[in-house]
Amino acid sequence: MIDARRSLLLHGGIVACLALLAATLPAYHAGNLTRILVLAVYAMGYNLLFGYTGLLSLGHALFFAAGMYGFGLSAALGGLSAGAALLAGVAAAALVAGLTGALALRTRDVAFMIVTLMFAQAGYLTILYLGTWTRGDEGFVLPAAARRLAGFDLRGDGARLVAALTLFSACFLATAALTGSRLGRTLIAIRENEERARMLGYDTARLKLVAVVLSGTLSGLAGAAYAMLFGYVGASFATVQYSILPLLWVLLGGAGTTVGPLVGVALMFYLIDWSSRVTDAYMLVAGAALIGLTLFAPQGVAGLIRRKAAPWLP
Amino acid sequence: MAAVTLLETRGLSKSFGGVTACDGIDLALPAGETLALIGPNGSGKSTFTAMIAGRIRPDRGRVLLRGRDVTALPAHARIAMGMAYTFQITSVFADLPVRENVALALRRTVRGEGRVQLRTEQTLGRVGLLARADQPAGDLSYGHQRVLEIAMGLAQNPALFILDEPTQGLSEPEVAEFVALMDDLPAATAVLLVEHNMDVVMRLAGRIAVLDAGGLIAVGPPDRIRADPAVQAAYLGTADA
Repeated sequence: MIDARRSLLLHGGIVACLALLAATLPAYHAGNLTRILVLAVYAMGYNLLFGYTGLLSLGHALFFAAGMYGFGLSAALGGLSAGAALLAGVAAAALVAGLTGALALRTRDVAFMIVTLMFAQAGYLTILYLGTWTRGDEGFVLPAAARRLAGFDLRGDGARLVAALTLFSACFLATAALTGSRLGRTLIAIRENEERARMLGYDTARLKLVAVVLSGTLSGLAGAAYAMLFGYVGASFATVQYSILPLLWVLLGGAGTTVGPLVGVALMFYLIDWSSRVTDAYMLVAGAALIGLTLFAPQGVAGLIRRKAAPWLP
Repeated sequence: MAAVTLLETRGLSKSFGGVTACDGIDLALPAGETLALIGPNGSGKSTFTAMIAGRIRPDRGRVLLRGRDVTALPAHARIAMGMAYTFQITSVFADLPVRENVALALRRTVRGEGRVQLRTEQTLGRVGLLARADQPAGDLSYGHQRVLEIAMGLAQNPALFILDEPTQGLSEPEVAEFVALMDDLPAATAVLLVEHNMDVVMRLAGRIAVLDAGGLIAVGPPDRIRADPAVQAAYLGTADA
């Protein structure tokens, strides 16, 4: 029970710190923070499946893109308001995740990685194939109407940051609550020893599907929000790079920790931001950092803190 | 009229490749009875219990639980009907605290985290692991891990408790503790015990079933099994030598 209070303090404290940062940061960094917060929602979605349930997907770009295109197409072609389009994006991601999960979960381990990767590639190619509507690689810019939510014009930097912070905080507190819940603890049990969980009477096949759908839906929400806040929808967000990124963020920040995704996205963002100013080979710097991490802190930053200092870290 | 039949198998059979692991086994287990399943290595004991628990699908035959055909049901659904199962090779959540291992066994049926924690501590107290509740289960000694797995079974308060070689690798005092735990089970609990330690079998079993080369060669009370010439030839004679 003390852990629950600590957890509330930790997560509430982080949200408060972010709000303080949002209010005080200079424009350049405030813009970065907006992007980091939205991508952290994507990373949290990924972490739910990889970090908590122990399923390594290489196809989450499919869910991110499903949310993004669900939002973008229904707003640009269907003329929906931003709020309705957001719901459409989330629904599209949930549907795609349900179908993908139902098929991909028939495999496990490496086969699961390959099958999810193939589904994501098929999704990417579908976006290109339907170029008449999606404009393929080129993508499309969203109309102004799709970027007004509850009376706020999200084209302005301030409103955009507030929207990103609100979205992040809601998802952050929700995943924190989930990991402490019955469902969350059962997913952790599946990660730790699936056969034992099954032989305690848990329907692990169903629970893994639930995890894929929750994870895919959260990723899709991030994709839809990204389109809404930055006004652009394009096929590059469905490429394999966007499937690998959340894996790297979560590994860097700490898989199976609630704060890991935020830490990972922020570190990677500023690592690339800083190194690309120093050298053109900035990906080399990012690669070296990741290798160092795997060697010296394989559980990521938050995982290291949990092991060394705060074993209660959720 | 005997007690209600809790578990029944009819013609349960399984082959792996060309090897017959179980061949047409008919067995009935009434509520409250402890049935020991013995037989030489490779006689099909583990395959038989795995088919009952739903971990292995039989080639032929049926499994009935409380008169209901559960042959097509997946393992988790059978567990939910009142079975508990401990693995031959100890299987706990090694990286989770001892406490959470037992809590997971309870949480499926017990509502409210407060009640779950209370029952967890009661169960851990009963098996003598309360002092180690906050250690990772993987840090426990081998014997304590076995005890933890039994505690996870006890916590589920099963109607049928299947134990696959629970005393394997335990020290003498640990075996004695295990026997005491089994003695403490509610009278209505049926136990299917796969066991090599004949002292434990003689001490706990109401009846003994003997498997040899996948076939059931004898079922009966311990005295009769001990005297059965076929059993002596197949098993006891060599094990005691």
